[in-house]
Amino acid sequence: MSEKELGKKWDRCLADCAVKVGAGLGLGVVFSVVFFKRHTWPISFGLGTGLGMAYSNCQNDLRSHYLLHRSMKVGWTKQQ
Amino acid sequence: AQYSLSPCYVSLALYKCLYGRAHPTNLQHHRHYTSGESSGAAKVVAVGLVTLGSSIGGTVLYAKWDPKFRTAVEKNIPYSDWLLGMALGPNPYSPVTAHKKQVSKFITPKYPTTPPDLTTNPLSRIASLEESLASSAKTTLQAIGAQEAALQAIGSHTHKLKEAMEAEVPPDQKSAQWRDLETALAERRSTVNDAGAALLKARDALDSLRSVIDKAKESKVAAVQPLVLAAEENLHSMVVDLDQAVTKVQSAESEAKIVSQYTELVNEAKRQFQKELSSLTPEIQANWKGLTGKLSADDLNALIAHAHRRIDQLNRELAEQRVREQVHIEAALEQQKLEDQKALDKAVHTATQHSKEEARLEQERKLSELREVMEAEMRTQLRRQAAAHTDHLRDILKVQEQELRSEAEQVLNSKMLEQETHYRQLTQEQLDNFTLDMNAAYARLKGMEEAIDSHVIAEEEARKAHQLWLSVEALSYTLKTAGSDLPTKPLESAVQAIQDSCCNNEFALALASALPEESLRRGVYSEASLRSRFNSLRSMVRRVALIDESHNSLYQYFLSYLQAALLFEEKQAMPPTQLTNEDLDPFKLLSYASYCLEHEDLELAAKFVNQLRGEARRVVQDWLTEARLTLETRQVVTLLSAYANAVGLGTTQAP
Repeated sequence: MSEKELGKKWDRCLADCAVKVGAGLGLGVVFSVVFFKRHTWPISFGLGTGLGMAYSNCQNDLRSHYLLHRSMKVGWTKQQ
Repeated sequence: AQYSLSPCYVSLALYKCLYGRAHPTNLQHHRHYTSGESSGAAKVVAVGLVTLGSSIGGTVLYAKWDPKFRTAVEKNIPYSDWLLGMALGPNPYSPVTAHKKQVSKFITPKYPTTPPDLTTNPLSRIASLEESLASSAKTTLQAIGAQEAALQAIGSHTHKLKEAMEAEVPPDQKSAQWRDLETALAERRSTVNDAGAALLKARDALDSLRSVIDKAKESKVAAVQPLVLAAEENLHSMVVDLDQAVTKVQSAESEAKIVSQYTELVNEAKRQFQKELSSLTPEIQANWKGLTGKLSADDLNALIAHAHRRIDQLNRELAEQRVREQVHIEAALEQQKLEDQKALDKAVHTATQHSKEEARLEQERKLSELREVMEAEMRTQLRRQAAAHTDHLRDILKVQEQELRSEAEQVLNSKMLEQETHYRQLTQEQLDNFTLDMNAAYARLKGMEEAIDSHVIAEEEARKAHQLWLSVEALSYTLKTAGSDLPTKPLESAVQAIQDSCCNNEFALALASALPEESLRRGVYSEASLRSRFNSLRSMVRRVALIDESHNSLYQYFLSYLQAALLFEEKQAMPPTQLTNEDLDPFKLLSYASYCLEHEDLELAAKFVNQLRGEARRVVQDWLTEARLTLETRQVVTLLSAYANAVGLGTTQAP
């Protein structure tokens, strides 16, 4: 079902966001704890990174249909 | 003729053979004799004799009337000719062979065969010729016989005389001899007389023959000539023989004369001597030969002296004779010459006559031979000519035959041709009629068969159409079996049924094969399910209305979601007949589609939905595919049912 695809995408996206954010948060926390003497900026940085990555992944996932793969040559039709 | 001799006699003989010693009464009954008990055997004998006599009399009478019958009877029954000759006289038409037999009996020992038979007219002349020839031959033979007898008698007489003169035989035998001599002399005389008479007769006969021959020569019939010639030859030879015999007899007679002269002389001398002797010795009787013991010495001396005197006398005479020998011899020679001359003349005369006769006969014979040769040659030539003629005739006949045959063949051929053509025509007519009838019948049969076939076909078609319709109905029924959200049953079996039922209907087959694969395998969704699905799709499509190829970031997504939240459109809007550019807005399209769906126009709804672009399009893709499937299936089914209906209608016959 093509109408369910978007939903699936959104699910993935959310899952990925959660993971990314969580991972970023975690890393941030870790980094902040470990390396950056409990500053909050690594956590936000991590969160941000995580969020950003999730956003980017989500976007890519959503527009993946419209992107040509590298293996496909531009201008070449499948018939040729 | 001999078979007609005596039927009664024959029948009688037959009866006798069959019944053996038939009882006389039987024969009496057969003979229809009513006189009763007289002796049967005498009766039979009498009857037999009567029949025999009557048959003989009848034969004689008939022979008298029919000479040919007489000839036949004489030929076949021996001694009948004697009887018939006695009764009727000689047969005027007796065949020459009978005479010839008589003639040949006398002639064949000495003379050549008589000429062949003749049945032509101068039969009488020939007959007389033959008669005279026969009689002359007889007489000549007789004469010759007589001459020969005379010759023999003369010869014997002469011989006996010589013997008597010269032989020294005892006296008793001498007397016997003298008696023999006398008998011989008498015999000679008689035979000579006979010979003379016979000679005369023969000469008469020959003269008569000659006259007859001369008479016969006058007749111009060619067949008589050889007879005449032969008769002449016979005559000539008879004459010659006769003359020869006569000359022989004459020579014998002359010899006999000489011998008799000699005997006379000797007798004379003996008488003289005896006279002298008797004069000398008167007492001694005549027969001095038997006196050997009776003579005395004187007698003997006288005798011897007489003898000596006689001898002297004789010697003197002899000397005289010797002297006169020459003269006597000359005179004798003269005489002899004369006589020889005479004899020669006579002989020459007879010889010339004979030779003349012979020459003439030879000439005539040659002439006749030549004539025969000529005749034969002429006959051969004539025969050749006849043969040539027959050949020519044969050739001409052959040619004519050929011509006639060819003509006849032509006529025959033309007639045959006519008949054949006529017959052919008739047969052709018959055949044509028959063919026409057959064709008509065949055409009708064919028509009937075609009608039946077409009926069958039509029925078949009807059946098929019915079946098709049924299967199409089944298919359309399967279409209705869609649950709310479940697709229908797979249409495969129904389609298979359809395909089976319309295996030779291309249209139906094409249609059946035009069904999409998915519908066959999986079935199609019903319109209701599609509608409900659309309703659920709608919100999604609203949410991604702004997303397309170029606008697909997350922000756009946010905006699109916002738009969806804030924009309100009609749930269902009636679509215009023509779409403008503004109508291509997704919200409008959705409302149009919804409207169409509500009005059960899936096709139009699908058309509207098809206008969506971008992500909205991607979202409704499946729904669109399903809708398409459903639409397709429905279209095909509709077509099929329409077709089935049409076919059914076509095959159904109006009552």
